[in-house]
Amino acid sequence: MRSVRRILAVACLLAAVLGLLAGCHGRQEQAAFSVPEEFDESRSYEITFWAKNDTNKSQTDIYKKAIEDFQALYPNITVTLRLYTNYGDIYNDVITNISTQTTPNVCITYPDHIATYLTGDNVVVPLDELMADERYGLGGSEVRFDAPSQEEIVPQFLEECRLGGHYYALPYMRSTEACYVNKTYVEALGYELPEVLTWDFVWEVSRAAAEQNADGTYVLNGQQVMIPFLYKSTDNMMIQMLKQKDAGYSTQTGVIQLFNDTTTQLLKTIGENTASGAFSTFKISGYPANFLNAGQCVFAVDSTAGSTWMGSDAPLMDIAEEEIAQFETAVLPVPQFDPDTPQMISQGPSVCIFNKEDPQEVLASWLFTQYLLTNEVQIAYSQTEGYVPVTTKAQESPEYQDYLSRAGEDNDTYYEVKLQAVQLLLDHMDDTFITPVFNGSASLRDAAGQLIEGVTKAVRRGQTVDDAFLETLYSDTQALYHLDSISPSGGEADLGPLPGTAVALLVGLAVAWILILGYLALQWRQGRKKRAHLHKNG
Amino acid sequence: MKKLLSLLLALGVVCSLAGCAGSNDGSQSDASQSSSASASGSQTDGSQADGSQTDVQVMSYEEYMAAELDAQVTIEAYVQAKQSWWEDKATVYAQDEDGAYFLYNMVCSQEDYDKLVPGTCIRVTGYKTEWSGEVEIIDGTFEIVEGDTFVAEPLDVTSLLGTEELINHQNQLVDFKGLTVVAAGQDDAGNDVPFLYNWDGSGTQGDDLYFNVSVGDQTYTFTVESYLCDSSTEVYKAVEALEIGQVIDAQGFLYWYEGVNPHITSITVVE
Repeated sequence: MRSVRRILAVACLLAAVLGLLAGCHGRQEQAAFSVPEEFDESRSYEITFWAKNDTNKSQTDIYKKAIEDFQALYPNITVTLRLYTNYGDIYNDVITNISTQTTPNVCITYPDHIATYLTGDNVVVPLDELMADERYGLGGSEVRFDAPSQEEIVPQFLEECRLGGHYYALPYMRSTEACYVNKTYVEALGYELPEVLTWDFVWEVSRAAAEQNADGTYVLNGQQVMIPFLYKSTDNMMIQMLKQKDAGYSTQTGVIQLFNDTTTQLLKTIGENTASGAFSTFKISGYPANFLNAGQCVFAVDSTAGSTWMGSDAPLMDIAEEEIAQFETAVLPVPQFDPDTPQMISQGPSVCIFNKEDPQEVLASWLFTQYLLTNEVQIAYSQTEGYVPVTTKAQESPEYQDYLSRAGEDNDTYYEVKLQAVQLLLDHMDDTFITPVFNGSASLRDAAGQLIEGVTKAVRRGQTVDDAFLETLYSDTQALYHLDSISPSGGEADLGPLPGTAVALLVGLAVAWILILGYLALQWRQGRKKRAHLHKNG
Repeated sequence: MKKLLSLLLALGVVCSLAGCAGSNDGSQSDASQSSSASASGSQTDGSQADGSQTDVQVMSYEEYMAAELDAQVTIEAYVQAKQSWWEDKATVYAQDEDGAYFLYNMVCSQEDYDKLVPGTCIRVTGYKTEWSGEVEIIDGTFEIVEGDTFVAEPLDVTSLLGTEELINHQNQLVDFKGLTVVAAGQDDAGNDVPFLYNWDGSGTQGDDLYFNVSVGDQTYTFTVESYLCDSSTEVYKAVEALEIGQVIDAQGFLYWYEGVNPHITSITVVE
């Protein structure tokens, strides 16, 4: 009886240790998702879909229609749409809702953001098993619509959704950045537009465009305002410049390399051109499209997904009609250091699924996610802006090919600038890249943009941008974005040696187990000897 | 032996707890830090106003308006309305007897934000800038100045709509009288609607409201900015209840975005 009590005591102690260890792993932990054998259609499901639109009613309408069509196929699933107009707000709301386990079911997102969501256990559903499931997977036998197979998703777009060896999202739309050029102005300045812009060309033409008359008006446009080169997303600007220079940004595992000599040189060049009136940013001055369309900008860099705002005949416009200038718009890749090997960012929304206690609810979410990749949704949504569908199934469809062939037929669906932007990405799919994704990569991206914003503001405020200034800017930026606290990590990477405390813990536990087992073995041997002795003497 | 075992196991428990505590803290802070950083992006520029208020020359409104863009400025004005606070940044409308200021993303703790009730006098140091036509102070710091309070009376600018003089009252609390509500757009069925969620109707309840009003033969777009007046406010609900053809009086702040774009804070249906 004493031995039973002893075993129970040891078991209880072990259970307590394991319980504590498990508890430490996170109070919000949910069970890992596994694909149910059967989708239970006798039940009703209500799923929420947090989506981003580019403040574009057509996109909202397509989301609504997609939900309506999906619900017609699955009457037991109700999808509630919540709309956002920027990724940052979605990210902040998801972070807030993870702690209360009130995340949406399906969510438009960026892989950078998923890396942060993954710091919680089983928060985001890995999609590998779902994608491969014969019945409910991509193009599965039980799926009630014409879904793409995994092979029909553009491989590099799908790969962008792979974190730590698992797929945590499906791509939804893809875009890149384009330089929208007032070709009329470039030629008026005596330059010929090359097929691929170089940074040197853009800076030179921009400085020429910044020339002013004695009365303060600009020679080129006769107006009081001219920002020759205006960049919307300065984080992309820095990231692409560094990539083109083959300079450091970060490693795949999250070692920060942003603050390097190449960055310093780039920032000094940006500072010099800001001082000459050649350059500004969206955060400092306003939307590039507004300046371009008013004849107050020569080179406007923005997403291809902003192409419907660009040009004299743009279908979307924020400035008054009397302010619109008439000019020829050229759509070119972002400026390059080596025009023979252009490199540009791949961006655009992806879709992830948040884990729930009920695997059936997750399966319902998956079915809806998969529906967003059908040709109906992909082609319709891609036509709202300069997006490219993420499936070859959609890209190669006769309907989409017909769309591409009709550039310029009108200033709406077939708006020429938009279709040129789409073609730009289609022609340069192999020239696109993404940045490494890790917990903290979203902050690093912000920091990269902040360096350009900081230098540009400082120059405009009459400050000197020298090594001392940049040193301070680097340390301030590192502190602001907590870059010092980013721990390198990532799937298959070498994580380095274990910390001393962890080694001590493991050694302690091993020693305890050895002693426990040794003690039990000793007891067992003594018992056998005793029984043998009794038997012998019995 | 048993004592030794118990001791080792207890040690294991303590070590496990310590190890877990460390790792858990780390992941939580990583998440919150990322969130924090993404939301506070445009502040550090290596040249930020340091908040030091010694030896500063407080500008009059006239001096402020005469200052070059990107110049460092220091002004004193009275809070009229708070638009938003997020991650230690506040956006505020302020005004004195001579003119008004839009103070965008001032460094501000939640505690200080709570103190910014209408009428409170603050001294702000920041940089004068212009964003899509809106002249504002950014990258600012502030301190509360004890003493007088001032709540502006709205200025009726109805007769100035469409004139070049209107911009001289940018950011002020203003009144518009006798505006006729006209269609802001169409719904899915093609019917005229008196307001839209977002400028093109792409939003949902909780987003900014846009509605059009006419005075004479001119039509203007007014906005209920959802950070300044969210969907729980009277003005938000009043705009949602508007009907085409109604005549209204409206009050708000004279914000600018590529032209006049008042941020309306109250409306009254007069007929």
